Amino acid sequence: MSILVDENSRVIIQGITGHQGMFHAKAMLGFGTKVVAGVTPGKAGETVHGVPVFDSVHGAVKSTDADTSMILVPAPFALDASFEAIDAGIGLIVIITERIPFHDAIRIVAYARQKGTTIIGPNCPGVISPGKCKVGIMPSGIFEQGTVGVVSRSGTLTYEIVNAITESGLGQSTCVGIGGDPIIGSNIVEVLKMFEGDEETESIVIVGEIGGTAEENAAEHVKGMRKSVYAYIAGRTAPPGKRMGHAGAIIARGKGTAESKIAALNEAGVDVAKHPAEIAELIKGG
Amino acid sequence: MKFHEYKAKELFGDYGIPVPRGVLATSGKDIKGLDYPVVVKAQVLIGGRKKAGGVKFADSPEEASRAVDEIIGMDIRGYEVRQVLVEERAEISKEYYLGITIDREERAPLLMTSAEGGVEIESVPDDKILKRHIPPFSVLPSYVLRDASKFLGLAKEEGKAFSAIARAMFRLFEKEDAELVEINPLVLTSKGEFVAVDAKLTSDDSALYRHKELQGMEQDLTPLEREAKSKGIAFIQLDGDIGVIANGAGLTMATLDMISLKGGKGGVFLDLGGTDDPEKVKEAFRLMKKAKPSVIFLNIFGGITKCDSVAQGVKEVLDEEGIDVAVVARIKGVNEDEAKQILRDAGFVAVSSLERAAEETVRLRG
Repeated sequence: MSILVDENSRVIIQGITGHQGMFHAKAMLGFGTKVVAGVTPGKAGETVHGVPVFDSVHGAVKSTDADTSMILVPAPFALDASFEAIDAGIGLIVIITERIPFHDAIRIVAYARQKGTTIIGPNCPGVISPGKCKVGIMPSGIFEQGTVGVVSRSGTLTYEIVNAITESGLGQSTCVGIGGDPIIGSNIVEVLKMFEGDEETESIVIVGEIGGTAEENAAEHVKGMRKSVYAYIAGRTAPPGKRMGHAGAIIARGKGTAESKIAALNEAGVDVAKHPAEIAELIKGG
Repeated sequence: MKFHEYKAKELFGDYGIPVPRGVLATSGKDIKGLDYPVVVKAQVLIGGRKKAGGVKFADSPEEASRAVDEIIGMDIRGYEVRQVLVEERAEISKEYYLGITIDREERAPLLMTSAEGGVEIESVPDDKILKRHIPPFSVLPSYVLRDASKFLGLAKEEGKAFSAIARAMFRLFEKEDAELVEINPLVLTSKGEFVAVDAKLTSDDSALYRHKELQGMEQDLTPLEREAKSKGIAFIQLDGDIGVIANGAGLTMATLDMISLKGGKGGVFLDLGGTDDPEKVKEAFRLMKKAKPSVIFLNIFGGITKCDSVAQGVKEVLDEEGIDVAVVARIKGVNEDEAKQILRDAGFVAVSSLERAAEETVRLRG
């Protein structure tokens, strides 16, 4: 097992004929992901690294039985692309695109809930189950198959943490980059529930950051969990009121600070690492 | 993007929300056609204007003119006041709070209202604030407005007027891609009419492409922050002296945290984002140099980003214009060995471990 994706996932890439699309299609194929189709309106009949391109998600699903989509289209088209994938019955949509207006994200999530589709992202590095499947843009080389589940709000910081886990000799069951935007399809608690039900996952790492109350809510949920949970929170030294690069990282109203998140997690019995490499030591110390 | 109060009120007016009559002024001469008394308010994008002396009351044109001249040029928490809004004063019978924002966890708009208006909403206890989610793809439902009117204790006609304002606010919230629309206080005058005495509006920068009229609107930034923004670089000036350049907001924050753990203090947050374009790296270093840090810490975790392209950019800055402070580079990921070699040849410290790099940075700062 693993969560969200595995060796049987049949993946399409929306926006496969773009520069990013072609690059990541190749990387995903190289990883062993079953990339069964690409979708770019108007480009049906073309192929990208041997993968057939379709005009519509409906067409791609009909011909290939795809169940998962990765969206790499520019932000102004992401709402439409997401609705199309949801409407075509795709069960898991990973939205990599950044800078999607959050009013669009709210609509995407609402429609997905109505149709029972799981959304990861937007503005995220994707999902990877090492040894099985990668639906995302993360550097494959740092991942190793193992038993640690990782759920993260931050892109490059995920790599930092994963690298530390791998270098310490442990590996990952699945790593889910949920994205740092204010509105995301799946939050930490929802991913924790998936990990809780996954036999392959023995321990879980939450990579959080300042802003919002997702980590505080996760801490509440952890109290009822059987598996060991560890965490790292970025932004301990961020000054109040300043934005750190993206909309998800705002400190406001005394909530959502690194201190409040760390306190809530500690109270729930979660060991919180002071720096990324310490995560591996904590897991090993068990 | 935060809107200045005068700009927010213009928009509020466009959507049919009643606002006081007022004029924007840069000197006492600009005030014309208003009835007295008036209030003169500094137009800066930071809270606490009143405490800082940026809000004054005036009963006559002379007093108002004096107040304008006193406030213009004032420094409010680092922001220079360049314009003031002069408005007719509403006769206050009661003050309310009304806001619409998003609930991240529910992924839905949230209406908040309170009869305890006119004070900071953070200081109002939770049981005095009514919170109701608004279903996505919807209008603001009537049952929510009935609940709100009852909660606020409004009479029937007042409830109708309040509901019209709330509906207009929600239309504005959706159409203008707002993150937050807020009126505090929403004043009920002695004549029984509502007026939005203050107006807060924050819109979503990511949606600017569909709001051409808002592009290029003035923002309160430090000159360097302004320059960075125009170049598409996330750059924030902090209190410390160490300049941090990293790729990704989370990693940049983690780098600042690591520096603090080793006894240093970050002075600049610079997020390169996903780029390894040497031109952008050069631009980043140019900006960083202008902030005059004691030492520069470059932290690159190359996933898609190629470390050697970044290193090449750094080397070009050094060759072309020089860098007069030490640079410590933590390089990890794609083409890391080539990158380290380029940087070491250029005389910089280049290592793989974040912890060691942070220690070295703090040591070099002396």
